[in-house]
Amino acid sequence: MNELEQQLLLEIADDELILGWRDSEWTGIAPLLEEDVAFSSIAQNEIGHARAFYELVARERGTTADGLAFDRSPDEYRCAQLVELRLLDWAQTIARHYLYEEADAIRLERLKQSDDPEIAGLAAKIDREEAYHRMHAQMWHDRLQDEPRYVAALEELRPLLNERREHTSELPELWEEMTMVRRSQPAGTKW
Amino acid sequence: MVTEAQVWDALAEIPDPEIPVISLVDLGVVRAVNVEDGQVRVDFTPTFLGCPALEVMRDAMADQIRALGAEPQINVCLDDSWSTDRITPAGREKLRASGFAPPAPREAAAPTLVQLQSNAHRCPYCGSTETRLENIFGPTPCRSLRYCATCRQPFEQFKTI
Repeated sequence: MNELEQQLLLEIADDELILGWRDSEWTGIAPLLEEDVAFSSIAQNEIGHARAFYELVARERGTTADGLAFDRSPDEYRCAQLVELRLLDWAQTIARHYLYEEADAIRLERLKQSDDPEIAGLAAKIDREEAYHRMHAQMWHDRLQDEPRYVAALEELRPLLNERREHTSELPELWEEMTMVRRSQPAGTKW
Repeated sequence: MVTEAQVWDALAEIPDPEIPVISLVDLGVVRAVNVEDGQVRVDFTPTFLGCPALEVMRDAMADQIRALGAEPQINVCLDDSWSTDRITPAGREKLRASGFAPPAPREAAAPTLVQLQSNAHRCPYCGSTETRLENIFGPTPCRSLRYCATCRQPFEQFKTI
């Protein structure tokens, strides 16, 4: 796996990890019980996908998936600004979900064509799980597409989809929470 | 000296950590078993990547192989080799008997919302196809929630992947 491929996989893994954390913030407080279940399940899947991509890169770099997920500093993450935001607004949450799943589908389709059979195989597996995320996003998009608040949220968030050069101030705040337990113990601790 | 057949039998005794009515062999996560010089290599193909049961399964397989007096090596396959089509016919029947509707067969294209919303899914309790989708997601990543209009019973439907 060359450096460029590693960077691309890290980009995807970071997107999935950070979005997984943000999605999990709906656990217990979503406006509908059904959505509490849905976003919790989606979050779990996204973090599982992040772990699988981190594992491929970790092997190349002689580290571990946890090391890549939690031991880097916030400015080393390559995620898009879209996934960093703490959104406690339902229209914005669905807009992000829809924008992300659309873009992620295109990216996965490309990875499925990779010359590296491991990358192609993993992308194919992940894509089959993501099909359910896409259905969920599409269902909500169809329901909300004429709502002005939702339309405005799509407009507002779309530019953040490809903004990876700089991070928002929300990423370091999330990083503090996300790595707190791991940082509380010396490196190499068995959990 | 442990044989491959003994290893398969031993793995077939391990219940799925979340749905203990079926075994890991029924679930289709054991892709291959190889025995060489007292070492047993198991190719383990995970179900859903975010499933917290995966590590429990891996450790349970290792323990079971050690109990046979062999050294385990569990090789996790991060590829596209697990599908709900790998659940054995016996496993599907055990799921149904416990109130989990077994997954529909996998098709060439990914499942669609229209299919999920159709009434092609059978209630595991009364067999009626008058069932509707309540939620694409359920208590674990592998399940959806449906409701049977005939026996008025909600049930869990295995997702097809």
